[in-house]
Amino acid sequence: MALNKNQQLLSKIATNDRHGENSPYFDGWKAYDKNPYHPIDNREGVIQMGLAENQLCFDLIQKWIRGNPKASICTAEGVHEFKNIAIFQDYHGFKEFRQAVANFMGKARGGRVTFDPDRIVMSGGATGANETVMFCLANPGDAFLVPSPCYPAFDRDCGWRTGVQLIPVNCDSSNNFLITKAALEAAYERAQQDNINVKGLILANPSNPLGTVLDRDTLRSLVSFINEKKIHLVSDEIYAASVFSTPSFVSVSEIIEEMECDRDLIHIVYSLSKDMGLPGFRIGIVYSYNDAVVNCGRKMSSFGLVSSQTQHLLASMLSDDEFVDNFLKENSERLAKRHSLFTKGLEKVGITCLKSNAGLFVWMDLRRLLKEQTLESEMTLWRVIINEVKLNVSPGSSFHCSEPGWFRVCFANMDDVTVEVALERIRVFVEKQQVKSKRKFQSNLKLSFTSRRYDESVMSPHMMSPRSPLVRART
Amino acid sequence: MTRPRPRTPESESETRNPTGGGATAMRLIVPLQGVVQGRGGLILGSLIPCALFYFFQLYLKRHRSPKPGSNPTSPSQSSSNLSDLQRSSSRSNLSSRGSIGPVQVSSRASSIAKPNDSPYYIGLDRVSGDPYDRLDNPNGIIQLGLSENRLCFDLIEKWLSENTKDSVMGRDGADLSIGGIAPYQPSDGLMEFKVAMAGFMSQVMGRAVSFDPSQMVLTAGATPALEILCFCLADPGNAFLVPTPYYPGFDRDMRWRTGVELIPVHCRSTDNFIISITALDQAFNQTRKRGIKVRGILISNPSNPVGNLLPRETLYNLLDFAREKNIHIVSDEIFAGSMYGSEEFVSMAEILDMEDIDKNRIHIVYGLSKDLALPGFRVGVIYSFNESVLVAAKKLTRFSSISAPTQRLLISMVSDTRFIQEYIETNKKRIREMHDLFVEGLKQLGIKCAQSCAGLYCWADMSGLISFYSEKGELELWDKLLNIAKINVTPGSACHCIEPGWFRCCFTTLSQEDVVIVIERIRKVAETCKISS
Repeated sequence: MALNKNQQLLSKIATNDRHGENSPYFDGWKAYDKNPYHPIDNREGVIQMGLAENQLCFDLIQKWIRGNPKASICTAEGVHEFKNIAIFQDYHGFKEFRQAVANFMGKARGGRVTFDPDRIVMSGGATGANETVMFCLANPGDAFLVPSPCYPAFDRDCGWRTGVQLIPVNCDSSNNFLITKAALEAAYERAQQDNINVKGLILANPSNPLGTVLDRDTLRSLVSFINEKKIHLVSDEIYAASVFSTPSFVSVSEIIEEMECDRDLIHIVYSLSKDMGLPGFRIGIVYSYNDAVVNCGRKMSSFGLVSSQTQHLLASMLSDDEFVDNFLKENSERLAKRHSLFTKGLEKVGITCLKSNAGLFVWMDLRRLLKEQTLESEMTLWRVIINEVKLNVSPGSSFHCSEPGWFRVCFANMDDVTVEVALERIRVFVEKQQVKSKRKFQSNLKLSFTSRRYDESVMSPHMMSPRSPLVRART
Repeated sequence: MTRPRPRTPESESETRNPTGGGATAMRLIVPLQGVVQGRGGLILGSLIPCALFYFFQLYLKRHRSPKPGSNPTSPSQSSSNLSDLQRSSSRSNLSSRGSIGPVQVSSRASSIAKPNDSPYYIGLDRVSGDPYDRLDNPNGIIQLGLSENRLCFDLIEKWLSENTKDSVMGRDGADLSIGGIAPYQPSDGLMEFKVAMAGFMSQVMGRAVSFDPSQMVLTAGATPALEILCFCLADPGNAFLVPTPYYPGFDRDMRWRTGVELIPVHCRSTDNFIISITALDQAFNQTRKRGIKVRGILISNPSNPVGNLLPRETLYNLLDFAREKNIHIVSDEIFAGSMYGSEEFVSMAEILDMEDIDKNRIHIVYGLSKDLALPGFRVGVIYSFNESVLVAAKKLTRFSSISAPTQRLLISMVSDTRFIQEYIETNKKRIREMHDLFVEGLKQLGIKCAQSCAGLYCWADMSGLISFYSEKGELELWDKLLNIAKINVTPGSACHCIEPGWFRCCFTTLSQEDVVIVIERIRKVAETCKISS
């Protein structure tokens, strides 16, 4: 009763569900939160494979920080800068910081394109960057097309406070989840008929959850599509430097150099959370070719400025060309190695993944383990994986995937030993499934038993502790 | 910048109109119904009042007083019209790449894209173009328009050099690897930092109240803290009542992306700009008559730009008012630790501590930008007694979290109670010295300041120097001060002050020599003003 009375005093935004944290997707987090795996203290715990975090290159960054005490304002060498940095709250950001980020972004694209530091606008992580871009481009009620499967939090980031709606454009495995112009046209036409004002197209390239990069031809057709319709293109390139094998990454910034395009329609969202593994630093970047968006976004950055201490540190780090070149190379190699280790391990037990060359995860194909090719079967299987296999993986439905049976599994947020433990658990599970399928009538009972046990453990999100990975996850 | 004062008589006559219009209508209907018999009479008798009512509403709509600041509805209408045009064009010309018109951004972006015409922002821009420097640019513009505190950096630098083992990667003994701060953290702040901030807030407020870390949500600065609270407490089109004069940034923080209105409640120098409940009530009723729902009151205490404190009595009255109308109170207490007078600061939290009141409507905003002079680090606090607000605000911090290395650095600094005590006392002393010097200097020129005991600025009455006692006169003086005297001060109209001639002057970015220069420059302008008037 008291809660209702409280809630009456609150706004619609505060009481609606568009934050997305009530979706069953987050129940996996809860399971992890209650019983987190630890190699020594809790070997039977749930292994977190639902969080796309890059922990493979901490040592490189640590080494650099230790070797460059001047970059930190809390060391004897750096403290003389403290005054100027602590007082700096200009929303333009330090020039050195913007130059360093522009430099890094160019290097991540193989030096094939350069970025203008004056177009770099800060925001509170890529989460804030996506929201800022939406505030600048669309009015409440407007819509953006988004190819699915897509990052689950796009809905919250792009639509919660902005009032913008996302219209998924379904892609499926028949053509390896490629976006086709036909699909886009169809979605656009349908929206027109429903009287929905489509303002643009937003996509992640490299893709989350697929882990693939868009080829040149597809990119060109996308750019010509948005040009025709005079709608915006927002390219979330947060995994630009997390590409570890061929084909190489092509950014939309390269495409617009080689074809005719209205640049006012092109916007890039970036962050250092994935490529450098620094999500805790909260560095989000909006890079727009549209002056009005840069101007507006810059003023909005007051709501999510990057801490000047962090700007100062990163300005030093990212202008160190030797460090950056080495980092990009090492990161790529380590990701490739980890990806290979994991996918080969899966292949040994007959599990295939979508062929991918980027990102911190694989798009695992478990369709043959589904009882029926339905959403309910996928959910059932997922609960089994969480509760029996004790791995928190993310079901395809949470990425708005229209085809059941796909799961995103993250592999870069753990050490090699833990990867082996996870693979072993999967091996055991798959073998058990093969035995089970011979004893069908018994498997039915087993599955429903676990789902009942699961329902009891589902809690209201309100009871979650602030330390829950749920609230700090960016997936 | 609109000046509501001349319009008050108009709005009062508006409120009298409804009864006038109604009486006229009645006088028309009754005889008509008498004249026309039968069913036709009934129909006419109901149609005519409807028609009159419709025309009356149309009249009211046309004459409604325009909202202060930019009107967001017209750009969105024009932009939606243009996008309709584009859509029909694109349907017929699918392959056309000709420019039909400029590509449409959102109405929010369009309204901001043109240069901001508030003197507050214009002044800040001018200073960045020609900043004063004692050695390099002695004829530059001296900044008195940004409330920053540069008086105590030496203390912080000293603390840092004595505590350098607390580098960006953590304390001695604890996790000394980047793995501690690099990964995802709770978006509403580390628990250790909340504990440290709770202790800090209590300390700067004289230990009169204690804060519970579990009722805190940390944000990247007080700017998003205010915006997040606004998103939680009000829907687009709702309003908050704000006593004037108020911090110009409120217009951006509370209104811009939220679509919420700010209704000024004018305070007068005769009351030393302390809000009166009568004025609040009047504003509340007027707003309600316009069909706008009031969701809360926004106060700053200590006040910006006046620099005074709300007395205990006023806080109690505000609470009673809020309870009666079932609305919220947001109390921005960001200057609580920048006290230099002898009065006692009373936080909203202290009032609630003592009484068994419904606490669900009270929310406090705080930050380290003023009291600890660290605006670059982006540390803000939402402190609420309402569980639902805390839950919603926590989710919204995903867009505005504090950088983890900054949290780590500040945990140690802010928990060092001995250092903080020394800092607070020294800060108090230095602000007071600067304040006394500056105010005395102004007094020599015949410029009096409002009574103040907190903040980094003084609220000066320069109405004696303006030629017309109006907003125009005030802006003329502001222009003279900016372009001739080359000092940037914030005019009262930018703060929605109803009395012309008041200016906010921040003095904590100056040294004692600078103060002398500033006073001299003002003297020159003051003399030309006296000659011309």
